[in-house]
Amino acid sequence: MSTEQTQGSSKKWIVLFVPLMLFVVLVVFLLKGLGDDPTHLESVLIDKPVPAFTAEDLFDPTEQHSEQVLKQGPLLLNVWATWCPTCRAEHEFLNELAAQGIPIVGLNYKDDSRGKAMDWLNTLGDPYTVNLYDPEGKVAFEFGVYGAPETYFIDAQGRVRYRHVGDVNPRNWENQLKAVYQQMVKEAKQ
Amino acid sequence: MRTLTSTLISTFAVLATLFSVYAVGQASIRQHEFETEAQRQLYQTLIQELRCPKCQNQNIADSNAPLSEDMRDRTYTMVMEGKSREEIIDYMVARYGNFVHYRPPFNWYTSILWWGPLLIIAIGVGVAWMMSRKRKQPLALSEEEQERLKQLRKPNHD
Repeated sequence: MSTEQTQGSSKKWIVLFVPLMLFVVLVVFLLKGLGDDPTHLESVLIDKPVPAFTAEDLFDPTEQHSEQVLKQGPLLLNVWATWCPTCRAEHEFLNELAAQGIPIVGLNYKDDSRGKAMDWLNTLGDPYTVNLYDPEGKVAFEFGVYGAPETYFIDAQGRVRYRHVGDVNPRNWENQLKAVYQQMVKEAKQ
Repeated sequence: MRTLTSTLISTFAVLATLFSVYAVGQASIRQHEFETEAQRQLYQTLIQELRCPKCQNQNIADSNAPLSEDMRDRTYTMVMEGKSREEIIDYMVARYGNFVHYRPPFNWYTSILWWGPLLIIAIGVGVAWMMSRKRKQPLALSEEEQERLKQLRKPNHD
């Protein structure tokens, strides 16, 4: 056989594998999509400063808070409500985090009543450094909250660095969230 | 008889469609009043176009999730403030991301959505063109091959 012939056939041999390679690429692409949570939405605010807002204090209606309370970070902003069962599930762990000295600002989101929210904190413990009251969800709207609980990680410059949707628990804190918080603390020290 | 039946059926179909459209429209504008027809129309278009972030594939007109209700209220307020369609969409996108709008904008991330189909057509046309060109080519044999062919064609004298 001539060299031309062998070159030609090896070229053809490669061409035969093109469909297989395309198939493998497609499978990898689809498998990746299979593991994704379709309800998970990326926050638009990542690396952007916290939006401006004003909100009443949950315990003291005469006290007005603004986005300034989120600029004393690094801190967490936790969106919660008494009607939200997952918020109940994560509350114990938020108390633990607060006990470790991690500042958490609470945003009470569209709750049934102010009294109910206050009762909740009085009985289950109050992990929050500041309690924002957002009965109509106006503050939450600025953050693009689409469900409770949500936890925003806000750095020392008052920028949103990460949003966690769903409960914060010892497992995801150790695996992922703790590192995000520690990174913000590290940057704040520099 | 046959024409009468089919006429009846199509009339019913048209009526049913009209009624369902009317019902859907009623459900989402019930609590809102508008000053002008243009405002009502803008509001209607927007709630059809904006997507509920909490739901998987529903616009805020069809969804009864509390968040969709909030978004409809916000849309209504902004329409009444005289905000334009773009301003309202930008406002929603700035908070909830491109996810909230059923028409994705053209940028680097979404370019594959817009160019993907064209690219696939181009590849298809390219492949078809190459294949047709290959077929037209006369069988080109090297000298060696010509020689071999000649040998093979020789009548066998055995």
